[in-house]
Amino acid sequence: MSDVAERVKKIVVEHLGVEASKVVEGAHFIEDLGADSLDTVELVMAFEEEFGIEIPDDAAEKIQTIKDAIGFIQSQSKK
Amino acid sequence: MFDLQGKRALVTGASGGIGGAIARALHAQGAAVGLSGTRVDALEALAAELKERAYVLPADLSDPAAADALVRAAEAALGGVDILINNAGLTRDNLAVRMKDEDWQKVLDVNLTAAFRLSRACLRGMMKKRWGRIVSIASVVGATGNPGQANYAASKAGLVGMSKALAQEVASRNITVNCIAPGFIVTAMTEHLPEERRQKLVEIIPAGRLGVAADVAAAAVYLASEEAAYVTGQTLHVNGGMAMI
Repeated sequence: MSDVAERVKKIVVEHLGVEASKVVEGAHFIEDLGADSLDTVELVMAFEEEFGIEIPDDAAEKIQTIKDAIGFIQSQSKK
Repeated sequence: MFDLQGKRALVTGASGGIGGAIARALHAQGAAVGLSGTRVDALEALAAELKERAYVLPADLSDPAAADALVRAAEAALGGVDILINNAGLTRDNLAVRMKDEDWQKVLDVNLTAAFRLSRACLRGMMKKRWGRIVSIASVVGATGNPGQANYAASKAGLVGMSKALAQEVASRNITVNCIAPGFIVTAMTEHLPEERRQKLVEIIPAGRLGVAADVAAAAVYLASEEAAYVTGQTLHVNGGMAMI
């Protein structure tokens, strides 16, 4: 469980170039971490690659925070 | 200026006159080049001429799966794609009232849809790398129209619109997306024109001559270069002044 969270946070820190301390579960990619719309698409693509999953567009739209990402990825790996 | 050492370029239609000239010019500036096309003999001859930093990557872009496969092959051979030249194209001319659906579709598929698929596939790596150049070879007839070329003109105008949209999407990632619109260029397609027709063409070109593939290649080198970083969503017309748009 926490493994997924750590990997998600690592990707976000690397991709957005933000301090790890800011990447908390409730952090919103755009509002709190300064991402633009292309960043959010790139993050989704990076999650797909890291976890070997496919994130459909309608699900991707709902992934707006760290918590959303972790939740979606965990729900996929349980299947 | 225009140093391309360390850059990796994928050129489609490299077995043709313009594509071959672009590949040579990028290579001369130091780029490694992936040479794609349908005529393997011509590609291999070009690779042999260039000696090093040249990879033959045959592909038939009328096959819907070919674009993604080509980008994967190019990334494997070159280690990535920094510069994509969408040059592959074909014509199936006929007056609209006589044009078959398949002739419309084939031209749109290869000239426009394949260019989109190739761009989409290359953008991923370019976005990660925070650097990229996409240059699509359009045509003066995309802007002016030409009787007998409804399909070709639509495909070339389509490249211009597509490039403007892509340019806006990825400008923040140091990726530029532009078009070159050649006028009448001497290639295998035009070199057998009857002398009389050729003369007529020259009369409407202020420069007083037909273009050569190297004229187009020079524009491609510029748009692919670091120096053109602030030029995006544009169409560079290379036509000796025959249409000023």
